[in-house]
Amino acid sequence: MSLKSYIITRIILALPMILILLIMIFFILRIIPGDPVLAILGGKAPVEVIEAKRHELGLDKPIIIQFFDYLGDVAKGDFGVSTLTSRPVWSEIKDRFPATLELTIFSFILALIIGIFWGAEAAWRKDKAIDISARVYSIFIYAVPVFWLGLMLQLLFGIYLRWLPVGGRLSPRVSLDIKTGLFLLDSLISWNWEAFWDVLKHLLLPGVTLGLVISSIFLRMVRNNTVLMLSKDFVKAAKARGLKPKVVLYGHALRNAFVPIFTIMGMQFALLLAGAILTETTFSWPGIGSYLVLKIKYRDFPAIQGTIIFFAIFVVIISIVIDIVNALVDPRVRY
Amino acid sequence: MIRVNNLKKYFPVKRTVGEVLLRVPQRFVKAVDGIDFTISKGETFGLVGESGSGKTTTGRLILRLVEPTSGKIFFEDIEITKLSKEELRKFRKNMQIIFQDPMAALNPYMKVGEAIKHGLEIHNIGDINKERKNMVMKMLERVNLSPPEDFYYRYPHELSGGQKQRIVIARALILKPKFVVADEAIAMLDVSVRSQLLKLLIDLKNEFDLTFLFITHDLATTKYICNKIGVMYLGKIVEIGNFKEIYNEPLHPYTKALISAVPEPDPKKKKEKLIPEGEVPNPINPPSGCKFHPRCPYAMDVCKVEEPSLKEFKNRKIACHLY
Repeated sequence: MSLKSYIITRIILALPMILILLIMIFFILRIIPGDPVLAILGGKAPVEVIEAKRHELGLDKPIIIQFFDYLGDVAKGDFGVSTLTSRPVWSEIKDRFPATLELTIFSFILALIIGIFWGAEAAWRKDKAIDISARVYSIFIYAVPVFWLGLMLQLLFGIYLRWLPVGGRLSPRVSLDIKTGLFLLDSLISWNWEAFWDVLKHLLLPGVTLGLVISSIFLRMVRNNTVLMLSKDFVKAAKARGLKPKVVLYGHALRNAFVPIFTIMGMQFALLLAGAILTETTFSWPGIGSYLVLKIKYRDFPAIQGTIIFFAIFVVIISIVIDIVNALVDPRVRY
Repeated sequence: MIRVNNLKKYFPVKRTVGEVLLRVPQRFVKAVDGIDFTISKGETFGLVGESGSGKTTTGRLILRLVEPTSGKIFFEDIEITKLSKEELRKFRKNMQIIFQDPMAALNPYMKVGEAIKHGLEIHNIGDINKERKNMVMKMLERVNLSPPEDFYYRYPHELSGGQKQRIVIARALILKPKFVVADEAIAMLDVSVRSQLLKLLIDLKNEFDLTFLFITHDLATTKYICNKIGVMYLGKIVEIGNFKEIYNEPLHPYTKALISAVPEPDPKKKKEKLIPEGEVPNPINPPSGCKFHPRCPYAMDVCKVEEPSLKEFKNRKIACHLY
């Protein structure tokens, strides 16, 4: 099977998965307590108003009919209209998503840098201080809840030291032309250094919080796999040939350690989105995670469903990309 | 050409946090516990022993792939144990290693031709890439992988075990080393391939004028290649000398047992088998006195108390109270 047909198969296989997810989220939302109409209008609205709103939202139809109506719309690419804001869900998600993407990419890169360099050096000097500290760090950070870490960093850098803002993406006084929605990129494109600096300052706390949490998993993975690879004969052979130690470590051991790490990273990306929900809420980051939390509060069914499907599609795309990169990098992987 | 003086390697046994706090003394696995031997130029020295006897560690110590705890290693007149890291790195082209498991010995990401060429690049042998590539092609042909163009661009996983081991051999010999450690170089291969590779090693040894340290647990193969052997047991050499003399008349009880275990091709020739009882003892906590005494059929009282030293006896050196 060629890579191309493998990718097509993967996409086709992802469709039933998304459908099942859709069914689950659709019915669970309607089973759990809470009524979107009451959430919007409040408990004291007259009965007629409530009934009118319910009819308007189509919630007075039987659930099965509602489901097939929704499914038909989704098949046409229409994710409905938010019950809270009356705006199309898809465009709301599109507005919010770049913020999450920026946060995730920043955290991911930070986690990679910490994980790779610290992990590789820890493996090289196994059981020395650098390795023991890496192990303690990764267990500690892994055990700490994201929001707690976020709150502590806010307290330290935002409240006591007053170095960094505790929330938001951009100070209201700073103006920025938004093109991609990734503010760092936008400010760079327009050579707007004031905005770039401001965006970076806003990004730093949530980015570091999320990045540290993910780095703990990377660090352990990189360290353990590199330790394993360093014990292999081909690494000794490279050393016996007279290769410089750093090249042995980064060129031979780490490179081979990377296959499983890469796969895990793809899965971590999904977890990263979950972490983003907590981080975004802590830092009032206007991304898709805080969007989801807000919409759950108001029982905004179409918005919640749309966001979940969006997450699912995103994760599927990431995992396919990871597979493609794996196939390109590793000569042993054939589809 | 190679001279080893009182070489020791003790691996620390990992203590738990509790043990460190309770100040339980650090214990060691005495993988190699004070061995001496010399290998003359052109000689093939066979190091035999059971698993865990320290023979692999010895091989790696000589190449300084593992740092010795104490002792000296001389390569011709150069004391390898005194070389700085950078000097050692450059010196490495003189001594190479052939590993046991060809699967593990090749980087799965490197085309095998590139893997062989890599050594030339590290040591700046050959001027241009084309010249280096030609050298690799010749080497591939020499280890009977022909036509070489068919093999140069392959990845290790596309080759068979025997082919991979030929690559490992080519990779070691392309640097024109004077000394090669063959660590169980043919043990992992199919029996049918073994004899071919053994023959290849013998041919290459003569052609490249190599000195070999041939590490094996299989005495039957030493017969075809070694002129000298050393028998190791729990980090010590118990008998060392000319191969033929030891093979025909083993003196140490452990050597006798090893040689009696070599399969005899002629079924009519019945021979007595002296398989030692029990397992190799735990090297962290070796027996007192002669380390072999719990398994030795000739053990005397003195063996339990006093450790025998290596003494000259009948053209060889032997560590046993019997002689």
